[in-house]
Amino acid sequence: MSVKLLLEKAHVEGIRSFDVYRREGGYRSVEKALKTMSPDAVTEEVKKSGLRGRGGAGFPSGLKWSFLAKPEGVPRHLVCNADESEPGTFKDRYLMEFIPHLLIEGLIVSSFALGSHATYIYIRGEYAWIPDILEQAIAEAKNNGFLGKNILGSGFDCEIYVQRGAGAYICGEETALIESLEGKRGNPRIKPPFPAVKGVWDRPTVVNNVETLAAVVPIINMGGEEYAKIGVGKSTGTKLISACGNINKPGVYEIDMTISVEEFIYSDEYCGGIPNGKRLKACIPGGSSVPILPANLLLKTAKGETRYMNYESLADGGFATGSMMGSGGFIILDEDQCVVKNTYTLARFYRHESCGQCSPCREGTGWMEKILKNIDTGKGKMSDIDLLWDIQRKIEGNTICPLGDAAAWPVAAAIRHFRDEFEWHVNNPQESQTRNFGLAHYADPIYVPA
Amino acid sequence: MAEEKKAEEKKLFKVTIDNITVDVEPGTTILHAARMVGGDVTPPAMCYYSKLKGSGGKCRTCLVEVAAGSTADPRPMPKLVASCRTTVMDGMIVKNITSERVLEARAGVVELLLINHPLDCPICDQAGECHLQDLSYEHGKEGTRYEFKRRTFTPHNLGEYIQLHMTRCILCYRCVYTANQLTNKREHGILDRGDHAEIATYIEKALDNEFIGNVIDVCPVGALTDKTFRFKNRVWFTKPMDAHRDCPTCSGQVQLWMRGDEVYRVTARKDEWGEVKDTTEGKPGWICNDCRFHKKSVKDWVIEGPTQVNRHSVISQGHYVNTVTPKETLPEVMGGRAPKLLMNIHKVSDVNRPEIQLSKIEGPAHSDDFKPPTP
Ligand SMILES: Cc1cc2nc3c(=O)[nH]c(=O)nc-3n(C[C@H](O)[C@H](O)[C@H](O)COP(=O)(O)O)c2cc1C
Ligand code: SF4
Ligand code: SF4
Ligand code: FES
Repeated sequence: MSVKLLLEKAHVEGIRSFDVYRREGGYRSVEKALKTMSPDAVTEEVKKSGLRGRGGAGFPSGLKWSFLAKPEGVPRHLVCNADESEPGTFKDRYLMEFIPHLLIEGLIVSSFALGSHATYIYIRGEYAWIPDILEQAIAEAKNNGFLGKNILGSGFDCEIYVQRGAGAYICGEETALIESLEGKRGNPRIKPPFPAVKGVWDRPTVVNNVETLAAVVPIINMGGEEYAKIGVGKSTGTKLISACGNINKPGVYEIDMTISVEEFIYSDEYCGGIPNGKRLKACIPGGSSVPILPANLLLKTAKGETRYMNYESLADGGFATGSMMGSGGFIILDEDQCVVKNTYTLARFYRHESCGQCSPCREGTGWMEKILKNIDTGKGKMSDIDLLWDIQRKIEGNTICPLGDAAAWPVAAAIRHFRDEFEWHVNNPQESQTRNFGLAHYADPIYVPA
Repeated sequence: MAEEKKAEEKKLFKVTIDNITVDVEPGTTILHAARMVGGDVTPPAMCYYSKLKGSGGKCRTCLVEVAAGSTADPRPMPKLVASCRTTVMDGMIVKNITSERVLEARAGVVELLLINHPLDCPICDQAGECHLQDLSYEHGKEGTRYEFKRRTFTPHNLGEYIQLHMTRCILCYRCVYTANQLTNKREHGILDRGDHAEIATYIEKALDNEFIGNVIDVCPVGALTDKTFRFKNRVWFTKPMDAHRDCPTCSGQVQLWMRGDEVYRVTARKDEWGEVKDTTEGKPGWICNDCRFHKKSVKDWVIEGPTQVNRHSVISQGHYVNTVTPKETLPEVMGGRAPKLLMNIHKVSDVNRPEIQLSKIEGPAHSDDFKPPTP
């Protein structure tokens, strides 16, 4: 049975309203922080908690906060990244939709720690109905003295503003987000300078994911050290996983990071196994950008050890035999899924979402998409596979922002682990249009539910 | 005395690029340090433009390897970095042409820049002074692995002065920065994103700000060309001449592209990196539309003489007086070994004879002009 720190109260009747949220113990962390702690003490607790960014990169949040430049007389800003556009990731949506006050509470405490008097939530344009929910929560918090001037008599002022994006994945990249927030074209900036020094309107800025900021609430309530006891190693606390694909119970799960991948997929508490008695073929464990893993490398690492749902274990083996925790978008492919088509679909996404600033990403994503389309539709050549490999190598590491890498990795991993499937497509152009390649060696060891 | 003291106080950074060490001021970028060295050590820069604030970092042709970050922290940088946007540290060791990784990545960038390029050089006015041509020649591979239809766009009309060929654009953003920084209201920009991004005005509109013509000079390719020069001549048939006039709007210091007594084109003066030179007053030598598009008669100008041309430029095929030979750095890069010259084109070619100065020949050159002197 896992601990729930974020979503425990998400289904309490009426929790979206301030009164119910407050009755259930909400906003205690604001009282604790603003009345009994200094801003630096809050940062210190976050450091102790071992909290790592939930937006994808997993960078230690307390450390990131401590990098924030604090020049005299220059305002600082906290920006909440609610752009959540990575295919397979929908955990922030769930949190904001069902328990919006948790985010607002986390934002107030974090703003206090960072000295942000104007805090922004930048939300994905397609989440059209959520800004209203957030704005209502902000208004309620303000009416009850948790936002605005002199919060709880502490002398700390803070306003939270909701800014809608216009539907661009790239605006989730923190510097593109900042550009877009400033009303400009959402192109990632060239770093350095980093946002901690020059962010929104060239002011020091921290950009954090929704889930990261929500996690500050339990951290302050229970103390950083207690929080760090949950989980394992450097994967402390709980993590929201949005599970989708061929599973019986798709949805958002809060896990403590000690459970195994096998348990997560097959236990009834989580995904509930794969429907229709199908077998597991592959999994993209952390959102579309992270490397796909075949079943045999998913449940066990290359060393034959059990793989767990945490940062270290999912990355065990590097890119050769491992993957990444990423943003927690957990996508399961069963034996009926085609890895070539899947890779093509992802390539199409990245091509569409590239901002087009730098040549390797702009041109490379389009080229990869075209080749993958050919292979998928039975027009591929054997040399195309090596060509794809070469193109992704030319993109990776050579671009302004990590979207280039994010476009290269899925293609690289698919070829690395499923090359025979690509070759089968090329060799059997007609047959590949009527049936799927199936499982081959990937389902080894074959999972037999107990 | 005071001067000397000042010079002493200013600590210079030592940076080594391809085995050649230079002292530069703190805050200098790797690219600028490399330009101080000159020659083959200088990375190609397709998007960076020193006179445009914020430019650079986009095309990725200037990527270099940092083998040691600084004397204080000699760790190498894991990724290749854009030399145009990375400042040097004291004791930094940079590898450009001595790094296999750099050469491979650069060849990759060139290939990617070319996959959708129409390769219509034979009908492109930029041919001969195009940075993409130079880049492909120096860093590209022969042949292409791209087997798809090249990208096309709905043509946009930017008015009577500027011709846009979107298919040739490499999205360097220079023209956008130019319009932002030289005009009071930018009217064109980049629409859409990714490989479908394009330069346009959104609502069909003519670009007519009095300084907007400079976008033609900053464009590294033939995406923005001069409509008043369109299809009139090839640049290597014209002779560049420095000239000036008393202009109420700009410095009036320009380069005329002439054939005989006819002025075919007027541009800003450019340095060896293809960037607009500073004027004699030390300001960037942007020129106004009036000088560029309307002053097409020798009577409008005081001609100073032939422009200095870099020998690597195609324009130098005309062997103008004032040709400058760029610094050769290869022996230094190779630790003193000189590269083996397989063939000296000047020795074996009847046509390419450096002692003949075309700019001194009246009218268009004729093959008779190249006849070897009869013994
Ligand atoms: C292309 C791209 C898209 C991204 N999209 C998101 C996003 O939707 N949400 C998010 O929180 N982080 C996203 N990130 C990561 C952010 O740049 C940034 O690292 C993150 O917001 C930091 O927050 P954290 O430290 O709390 O994880 C994206 C990064 C890239 C390169
Ligand atoms: S990597 Fe792609 S998305 Fe990122 S800046 Fe370059 S072109 Fe834009
Ligand atoms: S039109 Fe020319 S200057 Fe403008 S972005 Fe394209 S290549 Fe660069
Ligand atoms: S010149 Fe440096 S990236 Fe383009």
